[in-house]
Amino acid sequence: MNSPGLPYLSLITFLPLAGALVVLLLRQDRAIKVTALAASIGSLLLTLCVWSRYQASAGMMFVERYPWIAALKVDYHLGVDGLSVAMVLLTAVITPLALLAHWKLDRDVKLFFFLFLLLQTGMFGVFTALNFFHWFIYWELGLIPMFFLIRFWGAEERTYASFKFFLYTLAGSVAMLLAFAVLYLKTGTLDFLELRQLAAVKPLVEGAFAKWLFWGVFLGFAIKVPIWPFHTWLPDAHTQAPTGGSMVLAAILLKMGVYGFLRVVLPIFPEQVAAHLPVLLYLTLASIILGAFAALAQTDFKRLVAYSSVNHMGYAMLGIFAATAAGDFNDRAAALNGAMLQMFNHGISSAALFFLVGVIYERTHTRQLADYGGLRKIMPVYAGVLGISMFSSLGLPGLNGFVGEFMIFKGAFSLVTGWAVAATVGLVVTALFLLNMIEKVCFGPLNEKWKGLPDLTGRELVIGAVLMFFMFGIGVYPAPLIDAANVAVMELVKLF
Amino acid sequence: MRPDWTIYLTFLGAGLILLLPRDAKNLIRWVALATGLAGLTVGLTGYFHYNDSFRDLIARTGSGFWHVVNVPWIPAIGAHYHLALDGINFPLVILNGFVCVTGILFSWNIETRTKEFFAFFLTLIAGVYGVFMAMDLFLLFVFYELAIIPKYFIIAIWGSTRKEYGAMKLVLYSFVGSALVFIGMLAIFFAAGGHSFDLLELAKTPVGRQVQIWVFPLIFAGFAVLAGMWPFHTWAPTGHVAAPTAASMLLAGVVMKLGSYGCFRAAMLLMPAGLEYWKWTIAVLAVIGIIYGAAVALVQKDFKFIIGYSSVSHMGFVLLGLATLNVTGMSGAVLQMFSHGIVASLLFAVVGRMVYDRTHTRQLDELGGLAKVIPFAAVTFVIAGAASMGMPGFSGFVAEIQVLIGAFQMSPWLAVSAAVGIPVTVAYILNALNKVFLDRDDAGHHGDGQDAHPTLPPISLPEIVAGVVLMALLVIIGLYPSIMLDMIKANVELFLKGLP
Amino acid sequence: MNYVGLFSALSAEAVVVLAAIMALTLDLAGLRNAAPARRRRIVGGFAGLGLLVAVVPLWTLWGSGSLALAHGTVVVNDLTRLFKMVVLTLSFLTVIISLDYDVGGHIGEYFATLLFGTVGMMVLVSTEELLTLFVALELTSLSLYILTAFHKSALRSQEAAVKYFMFGAISSAFLLFGLSYIVGVTGATNLRALAAPATPLLSVGLLFVLVGLGFKVAVVPFHLWAPDAYEGAPTPVTAFIATGSKVASFFVLTKLLVVGFAGLAGAAFWGNFVPGWVMIVALTGAASMVLGNAAAIVQSNVKRLLAYSSIAHAGYIFVGLAAATNYGVSAVLFYVIVYALANLGAFGVVAVLASRAGGEELKNFDGMARRSPLLSLLLLVFVLSLAGIPPLGGFFGKFYLFAAAIQRDSVNFGLLWLVVIAILMSAVSLYYYLIVLKHVYVHESDGERIRTPGYLNLTLAVIALAVVGMGVWPEPILALLKCLVERL
Repeated sequence: MNSPGLPYLSLITFLPLAGALVVLLLRQDRAIKVTALAASIGSLLLTLCVWSRYQASAGMMFVERYPWIAALKVDYHLGVDGLSVAMVLLTAVITPLALLAHWKLDRDVKLFFFLFLLLQTGMFGVFTALNFFHWFIYWELGLIPMFFLIRFWGAEERTYASFKFFLYTLAGSVAMLLAFAVLYLKTGTLDFLELRQLAAVKPLVEGAFAKWLFWGVFLGFAIKVPIWPFHTWLPDAHTQAPTGGSMVLAAILLKMGVYGFLRVVLPIFPEQVAAHLPVLLYLTLASIILGAFAALAQTDFKRLVAYSSVNHMGYAMLGIFAATAAGDFNDRAAALNGAMLQMFNHGISSAALFFLVGVIYERTHTRQLADYGGLRKIMPVYAGVLGISMFSSLGLPGLNGFVGEFMIFKGAFSLVTGWAVAATVGLVVTALFLLNMIEKVCFGPLNEKWKGLPDLTGRELVIGAVLMFFMFGIGVYPAPLIDAANVAVMELVKLF
Repeated sequence: MRPDWTIYLTFLGAGLILLLPRDAKNLIRWVALATGLAGLTVGLTGYFHYNDSFRDLIARTGSGFWHVVNVPWIPAIGAHYHLALDGINFPLVILNGFVCVTGILFSWNIETRTKEFFAFFLTLIAGVYGVFMAMDLFLLFVFYELAIIPKYFIIAIWGSTRKEYGAMKLVLYSFVGSALVFIGMLAIFFAAGGHSFDLLELAKTPVGRQVQIWVFPLIFAGFAVLAGMWPFHTWAPTGHVAAPTAASMLLAGVVMKLGSYGCFRAAMLLMPAGLEYWKWTIAVLAVIGIIYGAAVALVQKDFKFIIGYSSVSHMGFVLLGLATLNVTGMSGAVLQMFSHGIVASLLFAVVGRMVYDRTHTRQLDELGGLAKVIPFAAVTFVIAGAASMGMPGFSGFVAEIQVLIGAFQMSPWLAVSAAVGIPVTVAYILNALNKVFLDRDDAGHHGDGQDAHPTLPPISLPEIVAGVVLMALLVIIGLYPSIMLDMIKANVELFLKGLP
Repeated sequence: MNYVGLFSALSAEAVVVLAAIMALTLDLAGLRNAAPARRRRIVGGFAGLGLLVAVVPLWTLWGSGSLALAHGTVVVNDLTRLFKMVVLTLSFLTVIISLDYDVGGHIGEYFATLLFGTVGMMVLVSTEELLTLFVALELTSLSLYILTAFHKSALRSQEAAVKYFMFGAISSAFLLFGLSYIVGVTGATNLRALAAPATPLLSVGLLFVLVGLGFKVAVVPFHLWAPDAYEGAPTPVTAFIATGSKVASFFVLTKLLVVGFAGLAGAAFWGNFVPGWVMIVALTGAASMVLGNAAAIVQSNVKRLLAYSSIAHAGYIFVGLAAATNYGVSAVLFYVIVYALANLGAFGVVAVLASRAGGEELKNFDGMARRSPLLSLLLLVFVLSLAGIPPLGGFFGKFYLFAAAIQRDSVNFGLLWLVVIAILMSAVSLYYYLIVLKHVYVHESDGERIRTPGYLNLTLAVIALAVVGMGVWPEPILALLKCLVERL
């Protein structure tokens, strides 16, 4: 049952934790930073090994399964398949970049890097765990470090933002916990794969109850994605978090929500999803359109990017829900594949955008768009990178954002035409606010205050370069990602 | 060494301390610690032995009890000196051992009347060991009442806020509770023929249903007072706040579990028909306790009161789990008894020993920024708080999820209502964390705020050792609950099988 | 009349009388010029020796069968032997405590009166004949009135003695009046021959007897003398009143009611009251428990507090008496012994410490835990036994009393109401007992260490051990009592 060879997934997950414990013992800031980065890059290397051996057609790979808590029939069960392997890569890539972004940190360095590594373990764990018990441990494990990251290193409203983030997400988790408790009761198992198999035969829960169960689980993930109207924690959390925190929040934590839909909601409650599809689509549409309009109205650079995440995750959800609608199989597969790509791509582009916001905030200590202007003249490299990231987010063909959005809409137009048409409004508005943003920041008259600002340093350029590599690379050659996911995507679509 | 030596060794230790000169404070402390460790070691040895052998025991005898000693004591009334251990009281015995040792460590700094403090403390611990192990109703009652008096003195002499009032209130409430148990005990004894007080004998031949219906609430409520069941809980916040740290740890950590254990072993075991009749009342009151305790904790301005009310809230989970009468719920309840015992001990240690002993204030408004000054206290609070919230990875989660599952089987509304308590718990823990440990300045950059206590004495070695031990327990049981859950579950199953 | 038999039956009493006379003579003749402390030691020692010697005939004749002499005037069986030994022990302990206590100049008279009182109690215990009962009761009472007044200069002591005497005289009148009716109706003066139909006259007689004896045991509403008498009398005398006199009185009351008036018993079951002495006992018991405990809460004088607590304890004992079964009787007897020991111990500690602490108020006992650790610990044991905390004798005694009440009707639990009152009032009593201990243990004081004589410490420690022993291992005494009560 267990895959032969090294237990890669356990190593990937626990290497950051080990690094965190080592960091606790170190005293020198430099040593701490180096250790943290090393642990993080170590996981990246292991992830690349996983990628190199990954074969989509083999189903669940790198499986590790050991008996753990007999009394609750819980096994220590890990594995990756097409739904999660890209996310593991994304986590492995973004986290070191986020750490690098804080290389110059001088305040409470040990605690910061400790929390970050702990967070990384949690993120890896969410994407690889296949039994609700330890999956939930990792899910919650992500909350505490993020709370402290916002609370200690955040901006002026950090107390409010950290509390809101924690309480909101936790409330959703409780609903999810309760729902899983019931599932355990009805089926005797907490294993995601077993639940999926049982659900394929007949619905796990019948009657009026089933609806409540579904909404409970839905709530937990919807808060994380976030889906309108459960998104209100996001603008504050993203805006107040320190740069690396925002990068990881937007790039990875939000994807945990989407991943939850793919791993849990759709396979385990197919009939409920189908029954409630119109409502789900309306909520998604609201995320897309209202998120975009809200971004348009923002005067705070970071808050604008935050709302854009709401909007972009809306596209991903559109693709997912469209894939469950009745219609042509290829269209549905395309929509879902698009959603998978969108997850990865938004990870890259939002990480880049938050990183760049952080760069300018560090230099100018303001996030108001009105305060900027004409930065292109003094920081041309910065402007260039910002431009490319912006276009990636916008979905310009040739960059990564386009491929995902294209596939989503291609599938959605035929499956859920009305909603897809309405969603294109979002595309237009997205273009509007992103172009507006770059115009305010980079173009126009230069604000005299910023005359002497330095351009991107070498370190910052490295981060930008890595991200741009993915932006161009996937834009031109998305095949590896699509191939990795395709088999799992089709299996999932077949359920509907 | 037989597990009942935990009782005797602890009494011996108390007696030995009484003979030491009152100025030899350090010697007294070490003798106390040695006694505590001896008791804990004996307990753990027995525990692991039982953990390896209980499956055989059940297969062979059909019962999970390890009978340690069973001799006639007062034949005139059918009382036996009968001590036995099974998967349900062994974890509690271990809990008592850990709280004893760590309580002593957290009391290392007591300078006034050190000798009497440790003598009273160890007497109390010995009494508690006795209650958990007693298999004879009369013997259980004797140990139970014996434990009341040391509590009075510990709180009244070494306590803080309104200590004499708090001590008297606690003792009188406990005594009234035990009075109810006394009446019920006599009723059951005579209704069953007046031959024996042995719990297992009485359980084999339950009395008539009509009798059970009015005797069950007497015994259950009598013990539930001590367990902090709403609405009999009002002694708990006052009493816990008034008590010195080690006593609060013991009170909230162990003594409240005495109450719930008594509910189970004396009321539920002996009167299944009465239980069946009253279970909904118990479940509803438990849920009210969960929500009420959490809600009231949220509005407190005194750090220790927050923790006091939080104990009421968490005991609600225990009582709810017991009332569900299914394997998962009851296993969760027993595990929660252990888990919350550790959590409460840690939280009171933080509030009392780490913060109050240094800052001399418990008002949230007067504290703040302590994470920089005593970071160990902050870390301990975060971990204990996380466990308290039911954060997975800690023992509280394993316990609470089982209680929720069990409650759901009884009624979905119960589970949902109980679950409401969890976000409220999160809210008050975060509130306390924020106001006590994190900086007050929210405008501008972090760390520029005026901290009320810029320098405090550092956390001492005994505190660190004790804190680490307790936190390790939370994590160990959280990640590997089988070492406790298996024996609990097996014995709960036996109990449920024995119900008519 | 078999005079040899009579004498051997009364040999213990004879020894005590002899000791009393000799103590008096010794003091008058040889010690008038010695210091009071020395006189006390010598005379008291002699008296104590006499008491110990008196135990010998009882001990050696143990188990040698029973006989009743002179139509029940003197009854000798193991039960009476046992209780005579108990009375002698209590008296002996009182003598020990008196050795250290200043009772003024009339030392010989003091010890002689004490011994005469003891004789009265011993006769009381072993009689089954009504007139002898009255005479013995009077002997005891008169001795106690005199002893109460021994603090010649203290106004309080005199007031207490006069009150005690007045009350006592009136209740003796009631007793005699009642006895006369009973004898008139039944035509017999022997307890065992009192069988007669329940006529109103007999009931009246019984009622009056109960009033008279109720005074002796200080139950509500015949308790009004107790607080003042206890407070005013010299502390060892208080101890004697509270213990020896109570033991004997309860013994005789129980015997009278359960053996003599078995037919008039009636019942006190909830919802099923049958007129009879059980009802009266139950109601006065309930009233005693409530009033005694309630009044004790507000006391500031330790002796007065213990007086009210004694009233309450009389109530508890009445619960067992209301059960009117063998079970109940053995419970009453067991409790009375344990209660006497604990009470004696408590008063003993007060006697020793009060003079050195400057008074008998609660505040004089502040910080005693540091000033006199051993005696404080012993006081803790005695007070907690009175409160009914396990594993002390008082707990088991109470338990047994209440068990007897429940067992009386274990189908409908008819006496449960009485037990409930008792238990709740016990909870109330814990409050004021803890207040006493609070002053001793919790409050601080600046006083220096108090040195107390070694023999007193030893004596009180032995009593404490006995109290603990009766709680941890009551079986031997319990079995003995059960067996003896069967043959009553």
